[in-house]
Formats: sequence, structure tokens, C-alpha cells
Amino acid sequence: MHSTTSDQRTPLRTTAADALKIVVVGGFGVGKTTLVGSVSEIRPLSTEEVMTQASVGIDDASRVRTKTTTTVAFDFGRITLNTSMVLYLFGAPGQQRFWFVWDQLFAGSLGAVVLVDARRLEDSWYSIDRLEHHRTPFVVAVNRFTDGPSLEAVREALALSPEVPLIDCDARERSSGKHVLITLMEHLTRTHDQSPAQESMP
Amino acid sequence: MTRRAIDQEDPDRLYTVTGGRTSADEKTFDSVSLIVSECAPTPGMQSEHIRILRMAQRPTAVVEISAELRLPVSVVKILLRDLLDTGRITVRHPSVAAQAGRPDPEILRQVLVALHNL
Repeated sequence: MHSTTSDQRTPLRTTAADALKIVVVGGFGVGKTTLVGSVSEIRPLSTEEVMTQASVGIDDASRVRTKTTTTVAFDFGRITLNTSMVLYLFGAPGQQRFWFVWDQLFAGSLGAVVLVDARRLEDSWYSIDRLEHHRTPFVVAVNRFTDGPSLEAVREALALSPEVPLIDCDARERSSGKHVLITLMEHLTRTHDQSPAQESMP
Repeated sequence: MTRRAIDQEDPDRLYTVTGGRTSADEKTFDSVSLIVSECAPTPGMQSEHIRILRMAQRPTAVVEISAELRLPVSVVKILLRDLLDTGRITVRHPSVAAQAGRPDPEILRQVLVALHNL
């Protein structure tokens, strides 16, 4: 009765009850999907979201052909953490329009990984700015394609505050992807231990 | 409410599956809310509803349903709203998303332990 055709889905445990999110942000071709796939228990899936708000500046809603939506594609994988907890890892392009759907998709994320290509650091400036604006804790991981600038030079070029962890990674390697996630979680634990007054700082 | 397609690329299909509705209650479903079927599909149900009920025999996240049905996340939320209102599904909400970005330290610790054990 059940077809065995294209349904390759791996279902979650029946006890799965609490899903968590981490977002991997980075420019095109930097290796977001590779990083997600290296640690995910499923092959990364892709889908899309549309911006549901009416566009600013358009007051004639009856003009059906007016372009009032923004569609953004993203992909994701997942890791079953224990009997009840599941971690979803989202790969999100850092370009401007993506941030319109950030709250729709990623509100309540534990934190973010900014994946950077050391040869194109400027691709990350906008994402870092937006994460700071959203007060989403993040770490920065440099996906090493070739030898490039030192981490110190990257930190300076990105104007990262000293407390933001900055590490090298190889997005293809499971152990490296795991290390990136652990670095983020350790950073979150430290941030959490700090005074809640930190939260109200601009 | 004005009726307009929510995706310019394939408006007809999206219009049809949602009956022309363009927004669901965003608060009801998070992108990673886990959906669980509470009944089997019945004849005459909308095909997307049938597929969701089959997928969610085991807990299934909203984004996974979106990927499988090839429909935007917000469209899936509208379909889920129908199923929730008629008692055909239940929802397991993410605990952290409800806490406005201040996760319980115990949750952080459990995630860290689990990642170390991967």
C-alpha cells in the first residue's frame, strides 16, 4: 500500500517535541549548504518563503499585478539531539531581501554562524550588521578554500568585537562543521552567563 | 480582504490551495513547530491536506512539510491552520522560540552535550 517511490524522507522519532534553530548566513557559493550537509542527518532540503507584509509605498492593493511579494529560497538540515530535542540548521543567503523574512523564519533562533570566504569579506558586512541589529548571537567561521589572510586580519577587516568567536573551518568536513556548532553553543553559554543588563545595550 | 496571489511565479496553484487566503496567524506556527496527525486522511479532503496528514504520522516540522509540498512556508501555515481548526493535527511548539531569544541554560547545556556526542 505504501509507495516506495521518491519518498526518501527520514522521519523524526515519535518522541520529538522541541525543535531548535541555528542559522548559517553567508554569500552565494561560500559553502552554507555544504556546512549544513556535513553535520545534518538528512540530505539538505530546500524550500522558500514569501514576504507576507504589504509592500511599503503601495497603497492601491487592488492592482493585482503590482509586485508586492518577495520570495526567498533557503535550505536546511537537521540533527536529532536526544529523544525530544531536534536542531534545525538553516542556510540563509545574506543578501538584503532575505532579511525581510528573518522574523518569519528565524525568530527564536539560538544563534547564527556567519560563514565567510576570506577572499570576499565584504559579502559578510551586511549580514554581520543585521545580526547585531537583531541581537542574534553569532560566531564567524572562515571557510578555507585557499590560504588567505590570517584570522587577525579577518577580524580587523570585519570590525568584529573581541568577544565574537572567529574560527577557521572546512565546511566539507563533518568534524569541522561540528566544531563550528560547538563554538557557537559555547559562545551562547558564555553570553547567557553574563549580566542580563547586556541585553538592553544598543 | 483583498484577494491576490502571494507568489508571482505560480499564482494559480497557490491561489487554489489556499482558497485565496494570503495570511495565517503567524503566531500559531513557528517554522520549526512539529506537526503531528491526529487522524487519517478521509476521501474528499484537499490533496495537500491529505499529504500533510500522511507526512505527519510522525512529528514533522513546518519547513519539512514546505519542502516536501514545494509550497512556501506561509502557504503551508495556512493549510495547517485548517487542519488545526478541525482537530486533525496537534502542534508541538518550540520552547526557545517562545522565550524571545533567552533560552533556558539547561537547553543550551543539553544541545552542547548532544553536539559533543555526535
